[in-house]
Amino acid sequence: MLKVLKNRLEQGYRTAKYPKQPITLYERFRGLPEVNRNCYVEIIRRCADACPQAAINSETGQIDLGRCVFCGFCETLSEGEFVRFSQDFELAAAARDDLVTYGDLPRLAEHSHKHFKKLFGRSLQLRQISAGGCNACEADINVLNTPFFDLSRFGIQYVASPRHADGIHVTGPISKNMRQAVLTTYAAVPSPKVVIASGACAISGGPFYGSDEIVGDLNQLIPVDLYIPGCPPHPLTTLHALLNYFK
Amino acid sequence: MVELLPIKNNELILRSDIPDLKFDDFRKALLDFTGEAGQTGQIVQFFAYPDQGDLKLLAVLRSDKLYVASCDAPAKFTSLTAESEKFNLFEREMAEQYGLEPEGHPWLKMVRYHANYTGRPDIFGNDYSSAIPGNYPYFKVDGEVVHEVAVGPVHAGIIEPGHFRFQCLGERVLNLEIQHGYQHRGVEKLLQTVPFKRLPILAETIAGDTTTAHALCQAQALESLIGLEVDAGSSRVRVIALELERIANHIGDLGAMSLDVAFAPPAAYFGRIRGEYLNLSQIVSGNRFGRGLIRPGGVTKVIGPEQRELLVAKFAKLTPEVEHVNDLIFSAPSVLARFENTGTVSHADAVKLGLVGYVGRACGLPYDSRITFPTEIYGELPANSNHVTDGDVCSRAVVRREEIMHSISLINTLLAKPESAGSYLPARLKLAPSAMVVSLNEGWRGETSHCLLTDAAGQILRYKVKDPSFHNWPGLALALRDEGISDFPICNKSFNLSYCGFDL
Repeated sequence: MLKVLKNRLEQGYRTAKYPKQPITLYERFRGLPEVNRNCYVEIIRRCADACPQAAINSETGQIDLGRCVFCGFCETLSEGEFVRFSQDFELAAAARDDLVTYGDLPRLAEHSHKHFKKLFGRSLQLRQISAGGCNACEADINVLNTPFFDLSRFGIQYVASPRHADGIHVTGPISKNMRQAVLTTYAAVPSPKVVIASGACAISGGPFYGSDEIVGDLNQLIPVDLYIPGCPPHPLTTLHALLNYFK
Repeated sequence: MVELLPIKNNELILRSDIPDLKFDDFRKALLDFTGEAGQTGQIVQFFAYPDQGDLKLLAVLRSDKLYVASCDAPAKFTSLTAESEKFNLFEREMAEQYGLEPEGHPWLKMVRYHANYTGRPDIFGNDYSSAIPGNYPYFKVDGEVVHEVAVGPVHAGIIEPGHFRFQCLGERVLNLEIQHGYQHRGVEKLLQTVPFKRLPILAETIAGDTTTAHALCQAQALESLIGLEVDAGSSRVRVIALELERIANHIGDLGAMSLDVAFAPPAAYFGRIRGEYLNLSQIVSGNRFGRGLIRPGGVTKVIGPEQRELLVAKFAKLTPEVEHVNDLIFSAPSVLARFENTGTVSHADAVKLGLVGYVGRACGLPYDSRITFPTEIYGELPANSNHVTDGDVCSRAVVRREEIMHSISLINTLLAKPESAGSYLPARLKLAPSAMVVSLNEGWRGETSHCLLTDAAGQILRYKVKDPSFHNWPGLALALRDEGISDFPICNKSFNLSYCGFDL
């Protein structure tokens, strides 16, 4: 018993003040890319050609955050001339097209369906479906339940049954072998329901794009309401998305 | 043994130097190496690959050395599994991938549920236009009081998909059958066909929690094929990244195991502390899972004085906390009572199945590829040893606790000697033609291995990935035998195997 108390004392209170106070991530963290619109087209083309995810438009220089895995190669290759990755982790969008960007995302809170805020603003129960990814997305969603993020203080919970859920939070490129399970789970959620595509995989197939063993885009299967980019999305990216879209 | 070619970890081998045996000799050599006479002989890789219109088999075996041999693959051959369990999954995998039939295999069932690469008739009689589950005859126990519990693929928590079938007598599990494949996304096929630039991204997403180990295997294998040298500084960064990955995962799992026996405080503390170590990976690489750091030729980021100072300070603060929370878990009689004698895998069974990593070490198989086949600068670093090897949940927990402290001390040693890493320059380089390389690294779950074969033009002909989970999943099924079904969560968490690493 004494050990429990001593540990409790040592651990103290560790819950983050975010979103009331901002959090600064370490400078090496690769968040929202800021594209230099005056960059030489040759440099843009070189970056677009070298991008493993084919996420860069070689004409316009826009980056598709739905495809990008934030490896930072374009920044290294162009020595920051074409793009710099900022530490801004607020990346989510309500429309797929908004993810194709120079680094000027629309404010998520203003693009939510009004009835979602009314219905789910005080209590949101989500059923997570893992569908063919690498489990990093799942790991960084799980982290939201640790004391640092303490998701349930916002009235948001991940539940065991789709019958108890207000929506599904999907990760992974939807492997062929999970396609039916995703559809069945979605059907089991009572309407009105929300659909969240989380991570590059669920949005575009991610690292596995082009594979004939995956669906590759959740939106092909069921209409997506909220997109959370990243590989995987930082827990703060997900937290920001949930708070701004629903609250 | 004369037929096998001894090789080194990450050594560039000309394919023409690999002994090309007759199937019967190949079969005998493999069985001799892994059978009764050579109990320590285990399989690192065993797979089929195409070669100028024909199919061949290639095996990489280990004792205290690595060996390789190959042979022509007969469309049907006498199964090796009937004589040694070690071949079970490997044979099923080659049946699924290339339509080869191991005759007399005691339980020839699909591994991941996908059409084979060759267009040969399907061995399992599956119709891949229909969804995976349901139409497969699971192992069944009959009897009036026997009941069946089916779980998954969508589980109750935020976890990967898989299907578990328990045959139970009351609370007692008679048999657990595990069906994978739900995470199958065609990783090996992609690795063999996509442009070079996509390879590191794919390696990093074979298993997200094992990003560093898989990236390291790929980088080392490609470095051998290209002929790149990695400087000592980059090697240090790589080792620090791999050990950070080990610490974070073990800590998270020990917390979760504590929660599974209803002791909540350590779960909360270790849940947060795991995050601290992930954030240290982010300080090094810019990503919590170490992504974007390891590339063929070196590392993309150095650990400069600033990062070093941050790491040293954080380690100084976290190490006592880790010790105290561990002490809290391991001195609680209620925890130990639930850990001890639960989910036991015997030493003999562990040898038969070829279990690796902490699962193997908890069964008294000391194999650690950092020691036996050291890469990078592991040869200069002290080894870890384990003393609790009863094969139960408790042993796996204790081994992980010891590995956390060992990894912390390794990183402290490395940080004490500052050395800047050379930076990595991206380059388009040619792979050696008609060559083979096998790479082994001790990921946090155990032996992680990539094997690459190139064709005469220097293109990747076959890219074989093996996550340690491939060896260890059958161990979990065995641990559950005759165990209470309510102990499944704690047994499962003590193994914590990868679905995506298995499914590829």
